[in-house]
Amino acid sequence: MALSMGPTEKVIEIRGLRTRFGETIIHDNLDLDIPRGEVVALVGGSGSGKTTLVRAVIMLLKPAAGSIKLFGEEVVGIGDGPAFRLRRRFGMLFQQGALFGSLTVRENVAVPLREHTRLPVQRIAEIADLKIALAGLPADAGNKLPRELSGGMLKRAALARALALDPALLFLDEPTSGLDPVSAGAFDELVVQLKESLGLTVVMVTHDLDSLWHATDRVAFLGEKRVIGYAPMAELVTAEHPLIRAYFEGPRGRAARGQTCTAK
Amino acid sequence: MIASNPFSATESAAVRRDQDHYRCEGRWTLAGIETLDAQLQDVHWASGALQLDGSGIQAIDTIGALQLLNLVAALERDGRRVQLVGLHEEHRELLDLVRERRAAAGEPPPTTPSRNRLERLGRWAWHHLRRGGDFLAFVGEAALALGQLLLHPRRFRWRALFGNVETAGVHALPIVALLAFMMGVVIAYQGGRQLEFYGANIFIVELVALTMLRELAPLITAIIVAGRTGSSYTAQIGTMQVTEEVDALRTIGIPPMNLLVLPKLLALVVALPLLTLFADALSVFGGMVMARTMLDVSYGDFLDRFPRVVTLTSFLIGIGKAPVFAAIIALVGCYQGFQVRGGADAVGRQTTVSVVQSIFLVIAADALFSVVLGSVGLWR
Repeated sequence: MALSMGPTEKVIEIRGLRTRFGETIIHDNLDLDIPRGEVVALVGGSGSGKTTLVRAVIMLLKPAAGSIKLFGEEVVGIGDGPAFRLRRRFGMLFQQGALFGSLTVRENVAVPLREHTRLPVQRIAEIADLKIALAGLPADAGNKLPRELSGGMLKRAALARALALDPALLFLDEPTSGLDPVSAGAFDELVVQLKESLGLTVVMVTHDLDSLWHATDRVAFLGEKRVIGYAPMAELVTAEHPLIRAYFEGPRGRAARGQTCTAK
Repeated sequence: MIASNPFSATESAAVRRDQDHYRCEGRWTLAGIETLDAQLQDVHWASGALQLDGSGIQAIDTIGALQLLNLVAALERDGRRVQLVGLHEEHRELLDLVRERRAAAGEPPPTTPSRNRLERLGRWAWHHLRRGGDFLAFVGEAALALGQLLLHPRRFRWRALFGNVETAGVHALPIVALLAFMMGVVIAYQGGRQLEFYGANIFIVELVALTMLRELAPLITAIIVAGRTGSSYTAQIGTMQVTEEVDALRTIGIPPMNLLVLPKLLALVVALPLLTLFADALSVFGGMVMARTMLDVSYGDFLDRFPRVVTLTSFLIGIGKAPVFAAIIALVGCYQGFQVRGGADAVGRQTTVSVVQSIFLVIAADALFSVVLGSVGLWR
């Protein structure tokens, strides 16, 4: 299954997506392409279906209609075997971390490695420790249980698990929410560093305007059940659409932009 | 361009020797390194200074970088001087990232030495002793809250009480009915066989009535309720504990004891005697059905004899045990719910503990009742 990984290749290709919860339609006829090697943020007001979109792409939610291609492979109606192989190629950081409460951080990171590789136990522990370090946690965090960690450490531990298999694609659901500004900045920097050194494609749901300015290559704005704006941040803030303007023209939006301009 | 897709791995990671030159080749990725350890065993390493050439590495990810750094470290430990040359720029950056992050994380602390048996036994005993003390403190707190409730009855949460009576009592009727009826049938069947042997068929009335009313109906009902309601109390309070809802209640100024414990406690104290009464009736009916089909004791004969052999005391003892059992089940269930720390697995663990403890305590209390009531001469 050798895939040609050209620079313009699309890691995710969504066409005509429709998702619904009962009678409520979340997305309708939504199209979105995510190119390889970029950090793409999904933004939009609360309830605009950012997390739902991610859940549909990572096969946790079955769309009502449309097509989603992940690494060129259709995931709507995918079989168990191909789905299992695809799951090895992306990592997901859940909003609340979703670490397994009965396992230590190291064991949590080792779960995908144990499930998807035949490496010896010693090697897996070593790799888990590396991922914990990559996520920016001190080495003694590996022996701790998730409940003994602070919010920021929890996010980092969850990132370590998402990175366990060195995925080509990483999904982050509100990675910096609940972090102090210093940790949030360090987290953004880490994401950019990983993207650059690993060629990672990152899709993140975020409300953090600083992250949007500093860490992303492109931002997709969700509204009216579809993507109403998709451009680099500097371009998106000049968009005319009223929803986008309302989102970025608020005092917080302007403050974040002003900081970036003076920094540059 | 670094392709880190493990599935396009065509060539495993390897190190090949070319005189003084060691070339790293292939894909140093998660999929590529599975055979690396075995391959490295075959390489003959020269002593002294050597050059490791990374220009042949097709792809590298953090796991491959870790292997490469480990290799260099292992060689240097054996007294060689290793020079890593020819790495692609991006590969070197990744290697630096891994090295830097590992250094920042520091050495993993030594694992705590395992404790010896005596120490473990001591800690276990101390833990359980303290838990026992905690439970008594909890019972005391509940009693205090109940006392305050008597002083300010208007503050009581009647809705919660009635809701709990419905779920713990009314909704339990079908299962209690079925099991009580079946208990009556079984007792009558087993006992009836022996009575028939002696031609003492009519004594089936004493057998069924006394065993059921005094012992089995209260016990069976309490066990069903412990499994059904006690466990749900623990799971509910435990989950609220995990999601910080209990803390939210305290913050708003609602003592969890008043909202979560007292209505449950009082609801069960009301519901369990009623359920027991219901179980009495159904189990005696089960016995009657069996007595007629197997022993030819008609319903009329059975009911005629029934009030003459069953004293009011026996009946009341059976019913009177129920509120005590109810208090045990509700208090253990709630207490174990508050003991939940952490996440989902703790809820499961405390729920198990709750059911086991409440059934144990119910049976222990029943035994105590038998001894005490026997010693004061209340045999019938």
